[in-house]
Amino acid sequence: MTGELRVLREQAEAELRQAGTEEAFQAIRTRYLGRKGLLTGLLRNIANVASGDRPQFGKECNEVKEELSARIDELLAGLASSKKDEVLLGERIDVTLPGRGVRHGRLHPVTQVRDEICRIFAGLGFSVVEGPEVELDYYNFEALNIPKDHPARDMQDTFYVEENIVLRTHTSPVQVRIMEKTRPPVRILSPGRVYRRDSDISHTPMFHQIEGLLVDRGITFGDLKGVLTVFLKQIFGEDTAPRFRPSFFPFTEPSAEVDIRCVICRGRGCRVCGQSGWLEILGSGMVDPEVFKNVGYDPDEFTGFAFGLGLERIAMLKFGISDIRLFFDNDMRFLEQF
Amino acid sequence: MQVSLKWLRDYVDVDLSPEELEERLTMSGLEVDSLNRIEPAFSGVRVARIVSIKPHPHADQLSLCEVTTGDATHSVVCGAKNIHAGDIVPLAPVGAILPAGDLIRSARIRDEVSEGMLCSGEELGIGGDASGIMLLPSDFPLGKGLAEALDLRDAVLDIGVTPNRSDCLSIVGVAREVAAITGKTLRYPDAVVMENDEEISRITSVSIEDPDLCPRYTARIIKNVRIGPSPFWMRRRLEAVGLRSINNIVDVTNFVMMELGQPLHAFDFRFLAEGRIVVRRSRAGETFVSLDGKEHTLGADTLMICDGVKPVAVGGVMGGLNSEVKEETETILLESAYFNPASIRRTARALAMGTDAAFRFERGIDPEGVVRALDRAAGLMAELSGGTVCRGMIDQYPGTVAIVRDIPLRVKRVREILGTAIPEEEIVRILKSLEMEIDRGGNGLLRVTPPTCRLDITREIDLIEEVVRLYGYDRVPTTLPAVSVIAAGSIDEKRKTEARVREIMTGAGYTEVINYSFIPEAAVDQLCLDPADERRRHVRIRNPLTEEQAVMRTTMVYSLLRNAARNADVGRFDLKLFETGRTFIGMGEGKQPREQDRAAFLITGRRYEERWHFSGLQADFYDLQGCVENILDLLQIPDPSFRAGVHEPFLDPGKSCGVFSGEEQVGFLGEMHPDILSRMSFGDTLRQGVPVIVCEIDLDRLTAKCSAKTTFRAIPRFPSSSRDVAFLIRMGVEAGELLRAATDSAEELLEKVRIFDVYEGKNIPVGTRSLGLRFSYRSTDRTLTDDEVNEVHARIVKKIVHASGASIR
Repeated sequence: MTGELRVLREQAEAELRQAGTEEAFQAIRTRYLGRKGLLTGLLRNIANVASGDRPQFGKECNEVKEELSARIDELLAGLASSKKDEVLLGERIDVTLPGRGVRHGRLHPVTQVRDEICRIFAGLGFSVVEGPEVELDYYNFEALNIPKDHPARDMQDTFYVEENIVLRTHTSPVQVRIMEKTRPPVRILSPGRVYRRDSDISHTPMFHQIEGLLVDRGITFGDLKGVLTVFLKQIFGEDTAPRFRPSFFPFTEPSAEVDIRCVICRGRGCRVCGQSGWLEILGSGMVDPEVFKNVGYDPDEFTGFAFGLGLERIAMLKFGISDIRLFFDNDMRFLEQF
Repeated sequence: MQVSLKWLRDYVDVDLSPEELEERLTMSGLEVDSLNRIEPAFSGVRVARIVSIKPHPHADQLSLCEVTTGDATHSVVCGAKNIHAGDIVPLAPVGAILPAGDLIRSARIRDEVSEGMLCSGEELGIGGDASGIMLLPSDFPLGKGLAEALDLRDAVLDIGVTPNRSDCLSIVGVAREVAAITGKTLRYPDAVVMENDEEISRITSVSIEDPDLCPRYTARIIKNVRIGPSPFWMRRRLEAVGLRSINNIVDVTNFVMMELGQPLHAFDFRFLAEGRIVVRRSRAGETFVSLDGKEHTLGADTLMICDGVKPVAVGGVMGGLNSEVKEETETILLESAYFNPASIRRTARALAMGTDAAFRFERGIDPEGVVRALDRAAGLMAELSGGTVCRGMIDQYPGTVAIVRDIPLRVKRVREILGTAIPEEEIVRILKSLEMEIDRGGNGLLRVTPPTCRLDITREIDLIEEVVRLYGYDRVPTTLPAVSVIAAGSIDEKRKTEARVREIMTGAGYTEVINYSFIPEAAVDQLCLDPADERRRHVRIRNPLTEEQAVMRTTMVYSLLRNAARNADVGRFDLKLFETGRTFIGMGEGKQPREQDRAAFLITGRRYEERWHFSGLQADFYDLQGCVENILDLLQIPDPSFRAGVHEPFLDPGKSCGVFSGEEQVGFLGEMHPDILSRMSFGDTLRQGVPVIVCEIDLDRLTAKCSAKTTFRAIPRFPSSSRDVAFLIRMGVEAGELLRAATDSAEELLEKVRIFDVYEGKNIPVGTRSLGLRFSYRSTDRTLTDDEVNEVHARIVKKIVHASGASIR
């Protein structure tokens, strides 16, 4: 490249770096690339170049010309787009204002917990079934091995409709109704409303339970522990280590109350767990042979386990709610938190 | 059941801390609800001896006492009259604190210095006589802390005994468990009676007329008793388990009941007419005054303990005022009996007398422990009251109490139930620790006889529970069931419908509520339901908690309106609520009601929450209708429609409708009638003039209808063309008529017709409104020409005009 061409190119680039407006860029284009421009002039003087060097000189001149032209086009395009942005910015909106649309409604916390539990057990092969809430004494009590005039009836204060019709005190009657209709294997889960004649900070006359039942050949107490442990780990976290301890339900034997470490104090003892460090989560047990006899199953052929838990209790622990009555006050300030 | 640890130690050695014992009992099935440590309510009080007593120089009622604690002497001014030099008394020296929180200071009382205070039992919070200073045994070491000297510290376990474990409703019963858990030996209390020469059969007799209700009745006579306060140790024992000390005779009956679980009763023999006991059913209309002073009129089936003439106790429940032990009582007839549990339970409930005795009898007591308790109590009464026990006892045992013996237990069955094998030796060891007798027949079969106090053990499964309970639930390995049938969990169709409705409604901004299934009976009157409306066929609760919760709801709307009122009460007037649940229609005596799954919705106030995008548009009928349309659409309910003229007395007749699928009504929708709303009991909480729109749909019916499967239709390949027409119709003509006329025309090319504009007001005649309809036409196999479209369109418009009387604007 001749010295003259190089100088010209550097000079043009320097000017372009200085320039900032469309007019300045156009002026540079005219000055170097115009009909009377400097680069055009240089090319016009090709006659002064040694004949052997002319092809090389012409090629170089044209390259610089194209390079400059492209550069100016690019700078002009950039200028135009930033100008447009300026206009758009002038019309900018306030992105910190809240968005438009209908605010989503909330599901009741009890429903949320119920759905979660049903999902977990659906994964374990349990089917969801339901039964009547106004139930015959037979299904609510007698078929579950709770005869009339038996102290076990004190465990559940009952609303009576008639001598032999009650508001079901638990979801357990569904077990009996299902077993009457089907042969094992039975894997059911039955959520629903239940009623007990009780009302204070930890009792409401209506609340929700979920009942589970698994009956088949060879089902053992170890299986009961296994299935309920899987469930509790899913709902309260992998590090949940449930404690199974003997208890009494008329329709299961052996019966087990299942506790988890208090989720509030992590087992150190607090008001929620009554300083024990443990929380009662569910009741369970091997189906009592008497119940099997009532539904026509041979207790020597089939074994099974049943469990029941209160949904409000789980929701109270999961969400840290201290008064069960809040669930049924239906105050929006409560419901909107879930 | 309150169990004093100190008392428990009388029968079994406990080398566990109270906390360890609590844990072990809980993990073997006796759940300890709480562990309370008993500490004296005072501090710094010491044992002292009165050295001398002088009258106070300036006060007649006071005296100056010189007392010593061995290491120091104190001058104390005292007002009590029951003290003498040499008495051992509790001294609260300067610095001691009494239960009320009073700090003892040095004081001048009428110019005499008093460096402390001599205390009564009352002042120390340990009961007893308030009128005088507490007199302590003469062998108490001077200077010793009173709490230590009286051994006041204790721990009390509150055990929630399950209804099957009546054997643990006594200290000895719990001690039996503790012995089994810890491998220690149980010591039964001494029940040896020193008898006098007087033969009981010459004094009294017992005859049982109703052995079905009273299978066994035993009695003893104790003569020459002197009624007085019980000794301190007895009072402490009773108080520790929550019982009040009464006198040395009554206290013994309570003490032995707590100790052995056998309720007892002491009669003042003077008041037993003819000096004998007759056990019989009450006669209808008979009256009786129980110990608590209440008069009862009896039915015909209550088991009464009577004398030769009249009832003297409700058997197994409560004694009578007419034969109560009094201060001057000298001769006691002591009763220890076994009553029919179910009968006691019925009586205690009927008479509302849930006594400690009834509680035990209805759960079942040890039929073979009756005499042991009788002797134990008779011996204690003689000891504490200075009386003597007459020779012999009466033991009438005409009835039978089922006692199960030789229960077969298959060792392999233990493994089948638990999933883990417990060695036979271990099984035998556990059962023996519970005082069971075992006959080992070989071949893995045991024959087990439980002690007579374990009425709950009658079957093999009961024995298996005992074994695993003491073996430890935590030692049973965790397994997962072998699945014999691969079955995925299924969900009831109705639940799917319900879940869909919840999804749609929350998406539309509605929040779910859950109401009690009860409503007040007057709710249907407030809603002005017709007399013949089936929603008046209530399921009535016999024993409601309140009148507000007296019947099961037959409609969901009432509860939602209450929710609106409740929220309005705290300033929330813009509400979108929904609930899914059941209603209950009574089907007559002896029948279960018809339970219907329903969903209900409510909207009131602003359509959208107040935001900068929207002005505060008030929600109306069409807001909720849109949601219901969505539900019907997404559930693919066939042939849905909204029809006016469906009578719901609580809805505005001009702004309400029935929701239909074909000819079947599946719900109602409408604005609440303003008058009815304002007359409701909570009506004044709601804002006047603001419409409240409600809807209730029947999920059972919808579920039955929505079984249709979704089938894909090809996406149209040819364009559609549309035509808009504005029809002018008379007020009162429904838009539905026009749409129906269009669809009824059965023109193949008409793809869709919808209403895009509704107008009434200026520029059109009064009494008319304008409906803008957009028709789209499409063919599946070609692009339609304008001529084709125009031809079909003209036919349809003509039909609409003809059918509805509309004109074209």
